[in-house]
Amino acid sequence: MPMPPPLPASVPISWYLMLSAILFSLGVAGFLFRRNIITVFMSIELMLNAVNLSFITFSYKLRQVDGHIFSFFVMVVAAAEAAVGLAIILTVFKNRQTLQIDEISSLKN
Amino acid sequence: MEFFVIAIIKAAVVAFILLTALAYLQWAERKVLAHIQLRVGPRRVGPHGLLQPLADVIKLITKEDMMPSHVNKVFWFMAPFIAVLFALIPIAVIPFGTELNTPAVDLGPLHIPAIHTPMQLTDLNIGVLFVLGISGLGVYGVALAGWSSNNKYSLLGGLRSSAQMISYELPMALAIATPLLALNTLSFRGIVDGQAGYYFGFIPRWAIFQVFPLNIISFLIFIIAAFAETNRVPFDLPEAENELVAGFHTEYGSMKFAAFFMAEYCNMVTVSCVATLLFLGGWHPPFPSEFGSKFLPSLIFIGAAIISFLHGMSPARPFDRFTLPAFGVVFLILAAIFLVPPVAIVLLPIFWFTAKLCAVLFVYIWIRGTLPRFRYDQLMRFAWTFLFPVAVVTLFLAGLAVALFP
Amino acid sequence: MDAILFMLFAAIAVVCGINLVVQKHPISSALSLVGVMAALAALYLLLGGEFIAAAQLVVYAGAIMVLFIFVIMLLNAGTERRGRRSWTHYADVPILLVFVGLIAALIANRMPGSEAVIFGQFTKGTAKDIGSALFTTYLLPFEVTSVLILIAILGAIVLARKEID
Repeated sequence: MPMPPPLPASVPISWYLMLSAILFSLGVAGFLFRRNIITVFMSIELMLNAVNLSFITFSYKLRQVDGHIFSFFVMVVAAAEAAVGLAIILTVFKNRQTLQIDEISSLKN
Repeated sequence: MEFFVIAIIKAAVVAFILLTALAYLQWAERKVLAHIQLRVGPRRVGPHGLLQPLADVIKLITKEDMMPSHVNKVFWFMAPFIAVLFALIPIAVIPFGTELNTPAVDLGPLHIPAIHTPMQLTDLNIGVLFVLGISGLGVYGVALAGWSSNNKYSLLGGLRSSAQMISYELPMALAIATPLLALNTLSFRGIVDGQAGYYFGFIPRWAIFQVFPLNIISFLIFIIAAFAETNRVPFDLPEAENELVAGFHTEYGSMKFAAFFMAEYCNMVTVSCVATLLFLGGWHPPFPSEFGSKFLPSLIFIGAAIISFLHGMSPARPFDRFTLPAFGVVFLILAAIFLVPPVAIVLLPIFWFTAKLCAVLFVYIWIRGTLPRFRYDQLMRFAWTFLFPVAVVTLFLAGLAVALFP
Repeated sequence: MDAILFMLFAAIAVVCGINLVVQKHPISSALSLVGVMAALAALYLLLGGEFIAAAQLVVYAGAIMVLFIFVIMLLNAGTERRGRRSWTHYADVPILLVFVGLIAALIANRMPGSEAVIFGQFTKGTAKDIGSALFTTYLLPFEVTSVLILIAILGAIVLARKEID
């Protein structure tokens, strides 16, 4: 019986960047094509996470700790943005009683 | 390869001991609560009710496991698993003792190689952050259980309980950071190694005595926050039986209910372990070995044996004629084991760690029997307006002290 | 061994990411996002960022996502209603694939022969290193983010409080 090819012992860096790209594009897809405002917000968080992975990967490549610091700041900013964004969503829900972004618009067509 | 075998054996032993300890922690809680309330507690199933946990487990396993029709099936099923999973994981980084070094043993065809392994499943560099993170993830079990039960009492109980848990995570993290300023490491083994030695020759250099008196304040803050994290009295409004119809675990029966209870006791054990390691010196004895701390465990066990024999032979206890002297014999055997030097070197740190852990757990059970419970808004106000500022100020002052007096 | 771990956690991340975008109910999306964050924390560990992995678990998966789940549970957000089926309904997957393909081609062109990620090669991700960098080189951004968090707290409280008439 032919043996399967041996797995590589470790993974090149570009695979991590590919994963980051895939997650980022999934986030973009969710942001553009979903209609529930909370799901749109979560797609933004997914994009931020993908960017974090990119930062850490490049920090590994350049053997410096600065990528970790940037990633830390991205996390802090995401926390602040999540807090304020969810407060805004709560207020929008109180006023419009709906979470579909199609129905929240009050501009004329 | 040998590393994996030893790791798997250690994990199996720790898991077995932990699960048995959780069952007997429940027995201890029932007995201690009963004696605080001037009654006796379970005493029929086995001597002094010692087989009661076994009876409870059999009852819970054989009960009918229903899934109500109005619940959200996937999340209702997943919630107890998540709660138990994130409660059991932090035990992997808790050290119980120093090191186990056995010589190689050759029994004819069977050759057991020498084992050199620390008494810890894994020593992460960021052990403290790991435990904090996993405890934070334990909120999901409670929140999902409350929400998926599709029941207003469960939803309120689940949301209140999770809000309480995340509110008290902040003072807990700040209280953990205060002794770390002086100890300067995040790995648990490093933390306990930084508490070796004695001040003035006889006061142990535990973290609770280090940056005096700020670490005592942060120990108290940690204990209070730990009570709230694990949803124990006096902070157990979300799951009290006479308040919210048992709160978020109303709709769960038999093994899933047992899973939530197990998760709660395991969380209790985890935060008690962290308190012991971080503040009470881990496995270091309270006085130096020049004053005889190597013989104290044996003395304690011999004392327990004498008490068991005396009580067993008193005429006021006709049912304990055989069981109490049997316990006395067991205590004498344990005392003898602690006197054998090669075994004692391994067992003494475990004894001190377990003794301090049991003291903290006893305080948990003692407070449950003594204090009434907080109302929910009192509890949240206490966290945000009192405990959090006190924790911040303590951390700041401890930072000043460590910077000015290295 | 590193390759197996990377494949496992990358698969978990991608599956949870797809689940996030596809699920109808926001709670399922939120839990999938928690899965993505946990898988990413494991990947950060493989890349040597132990403090960032722990911070991801504590901050992102343990606090921010709990906030999301609270809001979803409080608002009782139901499943999405299906809108009008316009051309956007059939265009999403092809556009996504084109986007991913573009980025993949860019990466393959600009990073040829890249080195392997070996666990243990990067040792500067400890709390000590991040702490010393954060408080020396990046002190100003650190202080500015603390002001930012204060502003965010004030904003959230003002937006979400009940009006007392």
